[in-house]
Amino acid sequence: MTTVASHKSLDFVDPAPRLTRIDIAQRAARMLEHGWVVNLGIGIPSACADFVPEGVYLRYQAENGVLGYGELLPPEEGDPDLIDASGKFTKMTPGMAFFDSADSFAMIRGGHIDATVLGALQVSGQGDLANWMLPSRGIGSIGGGMDLAANTKRVIVAMEHTTRRNEPKILEECTFPLTAQRCVTDIVTDIAVISVIDDGLVLKECAPGWGTQDVQALTAVSLQSL
Amino acid sequence: MLPVVVDSFAEAVADVPDGAKVMIGGFGGAGGQPTRLMLALAERGPKRLTIIGNVAGISKTTGYGWPPGPEPIDQGIFFELGLAERIICSFPIPGQTRPLSEIEKAWREGRAEVIVIPQGTLAERIRAGGAGIAAFYTPTGVGTPVAEGKEVREFDGREHLLEYALRGDFALIRAKRADTYGNLEYVGTSRAFNPVMAPAADVTIAEVDEIVEPGGIDPERVGTPGVYVNRIVKREDGDPIP
Repeated sequence: MTTVASHKSLDFVDPAPRLTRIDIAQRAARMLEHGWVVNLGIGIPSACADFVPEGVYLRYQAENGVLGYGELLPPEEGDPDLIDASGKFTKMTPGMAFFDSADSFAMIRGGHIDATVLGALQVSGQGDLANWMLPSRGIGSIGGGMDLAANTKRVIVAMEHTTRRNEPKILEECTFPLTAQRCVTDIVTDIAVISVIDDGLVLKECAPGWGTQDVQALTAVSLQSL
Repeated sequence: MLPVVVDSFAEAVADVPDGAKVMIGGFGGAGGQPTRLMLALAERGPKRLTIIGNVAGISKTTGYGWPPGPEPIDQGIFFELGLAERIICSFPIPGQTRPLSEIEKAWREGRAEVIVIPQGTLAERIRAGGAGIAAFYTPTGVGTPVAEGKEVREFDGREHLLEYALRGDFALIRAKRADTYGNLEYVGTSRAFNPVMAPAADVTIAEVDEIVEPGGIDPERVGTPGVYVNRIVKREDGDPIP
């Protein structure tokens, strides 16, 4: 393994277009393996369901008390008694199971969920996750995020690599309030795929036209290369 | 004691006093939300309420979990009307700030305290409150702002937080059907916090679409056993509010 040095990000010029949010969802979806029970967060993560490869069957769990939900319905066809955790309407699907909130979080806290895909505001070099509160707003919503992040086997972050001002979101230490410590296993962004290992971050893939140095320039943690 | 079938939503919440701790079931959105009981309570207008809920006040501004058509109603109504001074929940605000939700508005203006709890911890605290468990340890929240001031204890090499049981003076819950013994039947994702809150309050009031005689609910389909339910009130057939 080699370690590459970090650069200043704000005056960085992109060597190639960054991937779209849909591309991020598509790449994250390829990390989900046949038979897994998966919980998808709001935003980019929820789009993963559209890109699961053929032959991979996943069971989706939602915090509000459903396992095995599938297709979403347009609101005008929806039944308020059949929603997912983001408030979207789902279809009755063969093999579904319903349960209450205590059971739902026994499932989550008890480690019965194989993977969760979550959005993030910041991720640290140790895999700490911050995704529930912008300090400037002073109030935030936790929802099921802390339970999922702290207790799921694989925590895949799907996010843009930088803020809109091109500041790194992958930092030595998170400066925003944490969701959970040392929980993230993989980071999929619009320029890279990164794995979290015991002693840091490993850069596994770069987006087309992006090199190791380019990704490093927008990352505030030294990345190890395979 | 057998539950009482009351004739109106107003009567069902007539004794909720100022300062009461009121649990509101459901998840967030119209399904499983005791919307008629909430409206009746807001109409009656006790002050200084503490509301305990989950996804608390985001439907009005985002439409979360509501079908097109009816104006969404959420727990923000108690803050809009100045009836509540505190909310204990997991998801008080949406991502967007335009328009500002009623709860965030009340918080920014210093009219309300907002206590945000991880959803699984909230569910388990309420479950414990109904089940005679005083407190428990959970790994969720370690190293986060949620851990502030809490006892940390290590089990099997992992840190856990001590969390205490949570109870309400009243629980307003919603089910599809009740029998006159108070057994409740739920459908789909409308369970959520309803069966968890039913045992966790001094007075539990169930809003239902239908009331049947004992035997009208298959015992195999009972989601909340009748022992937890004190009052039952039926919605009008064809109620336009889901």
